[in-house]
Amino acid sequence: MRVNFTVNGRPQEADDVWEGESLLYVLRERLGLPGSKNACEQGECGSCTVRLDGVPVCSCLVAAGQVEGREVVTVEGLADYAKQRSCGTGACGTSLQDAQQWQAKGTDSQTGEGSELSPIQQAFIDAGAVQCGFCTPGLLVAADEMLEHNPNPTDADIREALSGNLCRCTGYEKIMDAVRLAAARQSEGV
Amino acid sequence: MPANGAPTKITQGTRTKGGIGESTLRPDGTLKVTGEFAYSSDMWHEDMLWGQILRSTVAHAEIVSIDTSEALALPGVYAVMTYDDLPTDVKNYGLEIQDTPVLAHGKVRHHGEPVAIVAADHPETARRAAAKIKVDYRELPVITDEASATAPDAVLVHDNRDDHHFGHVPHPNIVHRQPIVRGDVEEARKRADVIVEGEYTFGMQDQAFLGPESGLAVPEEDGGVHLYIATQWLHSDLRQIAPVLGLPEEKVRMTLAGVGGAFGGREDLSMQIHACLLALRTGKPVKIVYNRFESFFGHVHRHPAKLYYEHGATRDGKLTHLKCRIVLDGGAYASASPAVVGNAASLSVGPYVVDDVDIEAFALYTNNPPCGAMRGFGAVQACFAYEAQMDKVAEQLGMDPVEFRQLNAMEQGTIMPTGQPVDSPAPVAELLRRVKAMPMPPERQWESSEGADVRQLPGGLSNTTHGEGVVRGVGYAVGIKNVGFSEGFDDYSTARVRMEVVGGEPVATVHTAMAEVGQGGVTVHAQIARTELGVTQVTIHPADTQVGSAGSTSASRQTYVTGGAVKNACELVREKVLDLGRRKFGSYHPAWATAELLLEGGKVVTDGGEVLADLVDVLENEAVEVEEEWRHRPTEAFDLRTGQGNGHVQYSFAAHRAVVEVDTELGLVKVIELACAQDVGKALNPLSVIGQIQGGTTQGLGVAVMEEIVVDPKTAKVKNPSFTDYLIPTILDTPTIPVDVLELADDHAPYGLRGIGEAPTLSSTPAVLAAIRNATGLELNRTPVRPEHLTGTA
Amino acid sequence: MDFLRPASWEEALAAKAEHPTAVPIAGGTDVMVEINFDHRRPEYLMDLNRIGDLSEWEVGEDSVRLGASVPYSSIMEHLRAELPGLALASHTVASPQIRNRGGVGGNLGTASPAGDAHPALLAAGAEVEVESVRGSRRIPIDEFYTGVKRNALAPDELIRAVHIKKADGPQQYSKVGTRNAMVIAVCAFGLALHPETRTVRTGIGSAAPTPVRAKAAEEFLNAALEEGGFWDNGKIITPSVAKQFAQLCSAACNPIDDVRGTASYRRHAVGVMARRTLTWTWESYRGARRTTEGAA
Repeated sequence: MRVNFTVNGRPQEADDVWEGESLLYVLRERLGLPGSKNACEQGECGSCTVRLDGVPVCSCLVAAGQVEGREVVTVEGLADYAKQRSCGTGACGTSLQDAQQWQAKGTDSQTGEGSELSPIQQAFIDAGAVQCGFCTPGLLVAADEMLEHNPNPTDADIREALSGNLCRCTGYEKIMDAVRLAAARQSEGV
Repeated sequence: MPANGAPTKITQGTRTKGGIGESTLRPDGTLKVTGEFAYSSDMWHEDMLWGQILRSTVAHAEIVSIDTSEALALPGVYAVMTYDDLPTDVKNYGLEIQDTPVLAHGKVRHHGEPVAIVAADHPETARRAAAKIKVDYRELPVITDEASATAPDAVLVHDNRDDHHFGHVPHPNIVHRQPIVRGDVEEARKRADVIVEGEYTFGMQDQAFLGPESGLAVPEEDGGVHLYIATQWLHSDLRQIAPVLGLPEEKVRMTLAGVGGAFGGREDLSMQIHACLLALRTGKPVKIVYNRFESFFGHVHRHPAKLYYEHGATRDGKLTHLKCRIVLDGGAYASASPAVVGNAASLSVGPYVVDDVDIEAFALYTNNPPCGAMRGFGAVQACFAYEAQMDKVAEQLGMDPVEFRQLNAMEQGTIMPTGQPVDSPAPVAELLRRVKAMPMPPERQWESSEGADVRQLPGGLSNTTHGEGVVRGVGYAVGIKNVGFSEGFDDYSTARVRMEVVGGEPVATVHTAMAEVGQGGVTVHAQIARTELGVTQVTIHPADTQVGSAGSTSASRQTYVTGGAVKNACELVREKVLDLGRRKFGSYHPAWATAELLLEGGKVVTDGGEVLADLVDVLENEAVEVEEEWRHRPTEAFDLRTGQGNGHVQYSFAAHRAVVEVDTELGLVKVIELACAQDVGKALNPLSVIGQIQGGTTQGLGVAVMEEIVVDPKTAKVKNPSFTDYLIPTILDTPTIPVDVLELADDHAPYGLRGIGEAPTLSSTPAVLAAIRNATGLELNRTPVRPEHLTGTA
Repeated sequence: MDFLRPASWEEALAAKAEHPTAVPIAGGTDVMVEINFDHRRPEYLMDLNRIGDLSEWEVGEDSVRLGASVPYSSIMEHLRAELPGLALASHTVASPQIRNRGGVGGNLGTASPAGDAHPALLAAGAEVEVESVRGSRRIPIDEFYTGVKRNALAPDELIRAVHIKKADGPQQYSKVGTRNAMVIAVCAFGLALHPETRTVRTGIGSAAPTPVRAKAAEEFLNAALEEGGFWDNGKIITPSVAKQFAQLCSAACNPIDDVRGTASYRRHAVGVMARRTLTWTWESYRGARRTTEGAA
């Protein structure tokens, strides 16, 4: 079957989709967006978390056919999504200085340097919350969504919001640090 | 101003930023947070096929027949292969003993053993085809424990053994046995005022790395194959893969793809050979990705163990002797069992001084899932037992458990039961002191103005208690782990370092085959290159087999061994660069000949800080490159009868204090805090060090209270191969983990560093168990502890 | 496999009539796991996400009509006052991501004894609104579960909504799992006080082939509360009454040993949860009574 939907603001079309395929499979194998991860495919680990019409869901448990006409945001689109959100609150616009310094977004294929990151992405790097990184995309999508509606979370709030995202490397402490850091920077308007 | 006409301009050399000791950030961090980092399961190739493995549905059976005709007839299927299709006489593989069939031949020995493989144009087609393969099994009795394995008439899991352990094992269903005998236990026992015996059970733990086994094999024009793979050791894989394919090693090119965690579970091969076989058979790229269900069958697990311990102690609190027997279940194939046995035996006494010991450890062949490497490797099971014993002995003596441990703690100079002296700092008592001195977490943190916050109580969101039945407990534990490969293994690594000017700046490139599995080796390599070569820009070349072996990313060894190799290669590059400088500029300044010269901040400087030249000018258009192997001090095999020998190169120590709250009525546990103190020798990257300690601690927590692969003792079939029923800790199960890092240099190691990855996994489990015992007063001789064990309903 | 995308409820019923083996998929949190792990290959998958009505709820005079696909997160957020037991149960479901997709209709359709919603529905009192092209009917929740993962649905029927009695008193829900979040129930217990009828209702999950009520325990407690005038005097329930109620709840279980827990533990845990939830709800009832009296 054919599925049409929007991913990270761009219309996408997937053809010859087998009816049993998940949204996760379509993103990863058909649309060249492997950022959402395939760690358990049973909704237990959260590595495949995406926003479906704004709501965080496990993309492994959404049948491809169910996303027809709907909007998906993946980790690949998180930075733009966060930027547009801050535009929505009026803290946006390109300054003259930025406009003068603007250059085509080229990223270093080895390090990814040059990528523009969302605050939560930057905080994960800065706090040391990334080790193997396989859980990271799902955690970022989930944490970003939490901070969107709970900008000053308590530790218990963070733990509850991220309880659907397993990490096997970090023991979660640095992830806690990263979310606290992102929240603090957000409230300082940095 | 100097008056004697000496140089008019003296620039102080600036120390290079981003060197060792700083918490520099991961070079792959940005790619990992944007989703661009290419893990092995993300590999994609035009026209690629999908591989699927058919696995045995029974644990022990003869294969009467396999019929693949229906599978082959399915449209979209490109190949179906069984044992009969293997291209050469080499049909087995294995880390040490080549006893594992690439595809089952005549017999299957465990549930989930690969029987046939399929390549098709879509994963669903491949699955349907695999389901159409008809395998007729004739079931055999299953060997599942020591009694069934070593019975006189026991069915042999492997007949016709010819491995080098076979000559010294007491039964063919024993893979390897290592005794350690020192002093005179019978005499020492007479001095004991108390004797404490215990029998302990350690459940089967899974590494549960999140990135599933996966990779892409691409056939090459020269008849070879290029494998993009997640592994812990490229060259070990290569050594096992090439002979099965019938290819010389140079025709099997391997590149490390992104690795989603490992923890020992990627030391053995999984889908590597299968993907290559299908790629070579079909002439098309073949991708294989296990799902989580398959992953539980696709890699080895931590050995479950039975441990029988007897300690004696004098009234004044000195240990007199240790008698112990450690039975490890190795499952159907050897994997790393022999080395796990060596570790369990040689570290069974723990970080304590005990002069008289009678120890034996052995691993069984059974029809249970194969077991091998997992973080802590044999030392984990032993630590669980000896730390339980320490608490029991202390209690019998009426002593404080921490003081009792400190009284018996080993230190530098202590002789191990193997006869090997501990020749670097062993701050066991100090670590215990530090962890005990940390402030205690406040009581009843769940109380809030709006009533009980269940998220902070046992049971969590499940709303099982609002404080009823909740009792706090505190427990301590400390452990010892060896670093690096032991027992005479030629443990080396290779680094290629290149220095050149790129874009007007001196740049170092570090090329090793080290598997970055998340531990941060790539971060540290760049730091070492900056420190040694005085450059800011360091490129980490992707790991592949175009450079010599780095050895495994296991045994807490990579920063030590590959870090050591990078340091060594950098030093050789530095010498060459200085030679170049001397040739070019030596005549301009006497210091080139007389001073100790360093590379700092992109310049050649004297040890006094005087700048002699810019590296850019020294190098100009030349590139300086060195590839060199580097080894740690050699170790020796353990004597097969006495276990004596200088078997280990370094030890690593960590101590934990666990604070738990137990709902004593429902048997649910909430770990409130897991404080850790660890000696790391030298923290090359403090942020990563703490991350490793917290991660290792949490894996220990998991096996204390929830993680276990349950195998049916009647059928040897796995009952919970999924993340629904094999539970690992969530963020709500994991407490705060304060870490106190001690840095006492080991003078034998690069920068004085100590391997750190595993030690925190050892002591975390027994500390949690001790805390639960403290809260409940129960004996608790098995881990993981389940609600049943705390409520008398097992 | 075919993927059916009915745009309306009527189309869905017609499709189900034509293809009774079609597997409805809404949140996907059960069905997709089975498909991903190759445990199930239905001939037809029928997506219900397009039927907006299924994700809506109406609060009526006596009951809430809860669309089959209303996600657990909405129940937690919007129906805590009307359906406190179900809201608590919803909060124990898996993870935030799953709660954003899964709904009570899926729990009922799967009819696993471990489904988190069942004990809360049993305790509150509910009817399942099911429909086929032949017509609509309401199945009382007590008659809905017919066996392990079996329910009273005919092959051509779909679950449209659940009508749940609005709480007329305190309700509680507890679930035992071996992890502090994201865990399948080892066993679960729901309790609802119904002061208007002076009755108590219970629900037990994962401790019998189907979700069950502890009817003997309810009868005992109803009688004991009546006899002691507890509904009127608001006294603390005596420990012996609580203890016997707990024992009778344990006795209502018919559990098995499995990888998640032993039968013996399940019986024990249900008793502990019964006693605790009784204490919590009764304390809450007494508190509310005091407040009302104080106001009066």
